[in-house]
Amino acid sequence: MKKCGRCSKPAVLHITELRHGEVQALHLCESCAKQYLSQAPTEAIEEMPPGAESEAGDDLDELDQRACPSCGITFKEFRAQGRLGCPHDYIAFEDELLPLLENIHGETEHCGKIPKRAPDSSQQQFRLIKLRSELRTAVEEERYEDAARLRDEIRHVEPKPADEEPPPAES
Amino acid sequence: MDIESLTHTSGEWLRATGPESDIVMSSRIRLARNLAQFPFPNRADDTARSEIEEILHNQINRLATGRRLSYIPISTLEPIDRQLLVERQLISREHSENRGRRGVGISEEENVSLMVNEEDHLRMQVLHSGFALDECWAEIDRIDDAIEAEVTYAFSERLGYLTACPTNCGTGIRVSVLLHLPALVITKEIQKVFQALQKIGLAVRGLYGEGSQAMGDFYQISNQVTLGKSEVQLIKTIQDVVPNILSYERRVRNALVKENRRGLHDQVSRAYGILRNAQTISSEETMHLLSSVRMGINLGLIDDLEIPTVNELFIHTQPAHLQKIRHEKLESAERNVARASYIRQRLAGRPPEQN
Repeated sequence: MKKCGRCSKPAVLHITELRHGEVQALHLCESCAKQYLSQAPTEAIEEMPPGAESEAGDDLDELDQRACPSCGITFKEFRAQGRLGCPHDYIAFEDELLPLLENIHGETEHCGKIPKRAPDSSQQQFRLIKLRSELRTAVEEERYEDAARLRDEIRHVEPKPADEEPPPAES
Repeated sequence: MDIESLTHTSGEWLRATGPESDIVMSSRIRLARNLAQFPFPNRADDTARSEIEEILHNQINRLATGRRLSYIPISTLEPIDRQLLVERQLISREHSENRGRRGVGISEEENVSLMVNEEDHLRMQVLHSGFALDECWAEIDRIDDAIEAEVTYAFSERLGYLTACPTNCGTGIRVSVLLHLPALVITKEIQKVFQALQKIGLAVRGLYGEGSQAMGDFYQISNQVTLGKSEVQLIKTIQDVVPNILSYERRVRNALVKENRRGLHDQVSRAYGILRNAQTISSEETMHLLSSVRMGINLGLIDDLEIPTVNELFIHTQPAHLQKIRHEKLESAERNVARASYIRQRLAGRPPEQN
């Protein structure tokens, strides 16, 4: 079990924060978590149900607060809208989604069409989603050095497109 | 494609040329696909939405479907034009009401519609007249292959094609048929059909899909499950069940004729009479009466009207169509007058007046 990042008690709350495109993982014990959450000015806290202090509440809350490292959506947001944020959510929330998928479809294994392009690049694609979103944030915040670094990194990761020719003129 | 011209034409799928088209109005297959490197549309910012649109718009332009595809940027359309495309079944309500960069590629015959930045990055739909799911699948599979050769779709070996809503992941396929079942409605046998379909995991919806009411005795039957079965298996489930519903509807129609031919003949003739003479008529009443007339033609009780005309009237008498035909914004009461006038002209065999 992980220890609290602020004292030595066992951590009960695991927070993944997305700030300026950077992923920050926090592991906190109950009392430090309460303190942390009372300081963090996020909407999620205000919506915290009154029973959240109980043990079951903690578990649910912990799950709700977990965010996808690629698109930043929390499981709570997904539960509220019923729509996921990006393809990587299927990995980020795999443990929670599999029972849901089983419930909806009665199955959890795809057996239909498979793209003829090998899907071995999927990890790379998820990495690209993250890099592109970081790049946009960097540009918005005028951190041009970071942006240049990210752009190079994206170029490096990106599959070499088969179609380099310019798009056809619009008619 | 010129939106204005849509009011003078109708989709190929309305022409009742396909198999069993007395009852099966249309067959449709849609596929949901997403580009691997972007967030889903609802989570994508303006820049990402524009990039997605550009990539997919280019793909749509280079598709060699053998027919011309026009790309319409939905975000630049007036609400009335968006509504027209919804009434036409070329885009979903969600796509019409959404915000941000989005569009649709439409084939001239209106058989193919490729929505960009709907709930998923790409929602492809192929529509055909009658009971023709194999044709729909062959065509949409080809379009999917052609796009997939150029872009990388979000795909997981375990969960298949990844979609914004987990209810669509796996194959991302929705197979549906639009059935006209007036006799089963009259005799209230339709409830039994619903229950039987539910048991085998099929959904029943109204004319305009999810959440829509059953208008004019039209019911859309489609698969709910998309994961764990192949596309062909899912298509086959529908293909196996539809003939049973068709024979049920025909059996009940024949029984109605046998029991009380005069009564039925009277009912459909009155419906026809009202449509030909009414001076003001609501959309609801129109649907209801057109349904009677449609069945009357199929039973040989009305012989001076053709099914495609009736099919077209179901679509062309809807609010956005009427307002486009009249070239003016009409309130509900004015629409009822315009609708009655349009129907009278169409049923008299005259081309409708243009203002």
